[in-house]
Amino acid sequence: MKNWYMLTLVGKDQPGIVAEVSQVLFKAGGNLGEASMSRLGGNFTIMLMLHMETEQESVRKLLQPICEKLNLFFHIDNIVADLHQHIDPNYRLSVHGADQAGIVATVTSSLAKSDFNILNLESDVGGSKEKPVYIMHIEGFANCGREELEKSLQLLKREKQIVMHLIPIDTMVG
Amino acid sequence: MAQFEILVYPDERLQQVSQPVVEVNAEVRNFISDLEETLSFLPGCVGVAAPQVGRLDRIVIVDISSRPHHKNHGHLVLINPVVTFKEGSAVGREGCLSVPDYTGKVSRSKSIEVTAQNELGTHVMYKMVGYEARALQHEIDHLDGKLFLDRLVGKRNDLKKRTDF
Repeated sequence: MKNWYMLTLVGKDQPGIVAEVSQVLFKAGGNLGEASMSRLGGNFTIMLMLHMETEQESVRKLLQPICEKLNLFFHIDNIVADLHQHIDPNYRLSVHGADQAGIVATVTSSLAKSDFNILNLESDVGGSKEKPVYIMHIEGFANCGREELEKSLQLLKREKQIVMHLIPIDTMVG
Repeated sequence: MAQFEILVYPDERLQQVSQPVVEVNAEVRNFISDLEETLSFLPGCVGVAAPQVGRLDRIVIVDISSRPHHKNHGHLVLINPVVTFKEGSAVGREGCLSVPDYTGKVSRSKSIEVTAQNELGTHVMYKMVGYEARALQHEIDHLDGKLFLDRLVGKRNDLKKRTDF
């Protein structure tokens, strides 16, 4: 029976990681689903869906040698694939300001109060070492109107001295 | 009146270049009526191109009047459309009937001028901006065998405020 797994790999970044790992999985009969790779603070991180006719222990044995060679931590979860169920975002929020603890917590808590479902979140720390800047982009879906979302974000803008732009996403389907 | 089935990628016909319509006759108008009916049964959809239903003729329909907050020209049937001027660029999110369950960011010209013939064969010209210009560029791409998948921009965002998301 084929199973879906979510693989999480983390380690020091170096060229060729995705190629080596995906080759090992492909040669063993694995089929990759959706994947998201990101370089976070110089660390290589990837989450990828694997569809394979094998038990979790066999996937572990397959990944062990390649991850040891590439110096990667890895983790495997059994998952329900739930493919072909994408939700289209209808809002996008861009946030930036002087880096400080709590930006993600306060912004996302405010959004959660409006039942805003975050579908994609990316953030970076830019600027100089002395004056780091936090930059975050969120895309998600909310049933409420722009005014309601703006209202709750206004307070945060003043409290945290951050800049936020809320932009409706009007997907064009042709 | 009839409704057509929408071709779905990777159907090869979606990657073929459509031919110009030589004569706008009764047969072409009948086809357009059926294409209009097809579009009317596709909720949330603002345009359709003839090759999406397997007819490789340069015919598109665009109608964004269901989104009146965007500047628009109402229901447009455009035969042999040609973009004669384009200016600016903006990234917006697009989906396609022929590519179910996927939307992505695409860069398009912000404003365009287009010449074409209408369903009576009369030559027409339109100036379009924003969402309507995006919709027409998407449909004209179908006539050239291109899908929005061919024009995706990276997933990463930038800070610039966009006008036609």
